[in-house]
Amino acid sequence: MKTIEQTTDEILNLAAAHFKVPRCGLEPGDDFYKKLGIDSLQALELLTRLENHFGVELPDYEVQGISDFRTLADRIQARL
Amino acid sequence: MDEYKGKTLSWQLTNGVVELALHQPPVNEIGLAMLGELEQFANSLPALELEAKALILHSKERAGFSAGADLREVYSRAKHMESAAAVKGVREVLERIHAVFNRLDTSPLTTIAAVHGVCFGGGFELALTCDLIVADKMARFCFPELRLGLIPGFGGIPRLKRDIGNALVRDLLLTGRSINATKALSAGFVSQVAAEGEALRLARSTAAQTMKFNRVTSATAKQFIKALPEEELRREIDIFCDLFSRPAVMEALREFVENDGPFPYLP
Repeated sequence: MKTIEQTTDEILNLAAAHFKVPRCGLEPGDDFYKKLGIDSLQALELLTRLENHFGVELPDYEVQGISDFRTLADRIQARL
Repeated sequence: MDEYKGKTLSWQLTNGVVELALHQPPVNEIGLAMLGELEQFANSLPALELEAKALILHSKERAGFSAGADLREVYSRAKHMESAAAVKGVREVLERIHAVFNRLDTSPLTTIAAVHGVCFGGGFELALTCDLIVADKMARFCFPELRLGLIPGFGGIPRLKRDIGNALVRDLLLTGRSINATKALSAGFVSQVAAEGEALRLARSTAAQTMKFNRVTSATAKQFIKALPEEELRREIDIFCDLFSRPAVMEALREFVENDGPFPYLP
């Protein structure tokens, strides 16, 4: 079973790869909308990427109101 | 007309396959311009159906197949009208949409939607007119209409009920959540999932397979197993128009249109 740190790290790696930004520039506490400059359609792309990677289903209403990677990781961890 | 290059969509007939490509930036919102060109396509279908065996619907827009109805256009047209006039206008548009979608649904061609990215609302309803949906693994499907105080109005609920169990239809409708292609595959309304960017290629190879069979037999089999839920489709228009008359809908549309934040597509 992954630790929350591993899950968070994988999310940051996936986000960096998907949005083609340097991984070293992303931190767990970052607001991903502001840091990545993305809108909700792009957030849904990230959600899909995460669902496919972790093999979980994460309803988008669970993501609503979340804007930092750490809390996103908590939501995913709860479904592993 | 074997080939047409329009403002919102284009089509081409090649080797027995009609490919209808949507290309209205940013995400193929279905407004009056696209409806007009879809009607043109529907009018061209009788001639195309004499030569073709399959039809593939796909999108050239990066963000996805279609984000659904052009809500900005709906709001801008309705906001200055008295409620009864707005509802009358909506009904007229819905009847045009239904006529086109029903024509696609009942075409003797084997129809395949190649979906990537967002396939929401009216866009999802357009894909559901097809016999098969193939999706790439980044596709997402959603009925967000309840967020606006409405139900899907382009025939989505009767068509999805035709394909899958009522429980997931209720889930999608009542939560307004989006689901990914893997979930759609397990639900049964997506028939195959392709790698990212490969949905159109997969649709083409699927079309090629279906074209091996006798055209009349395929069309007859399709007509036998894919009945058009006519009564429910008509009732859907009535329910939609009744809901549209409520002030809460215009308020929800206004909020969506005036939202310049990053969240409009989240539930």
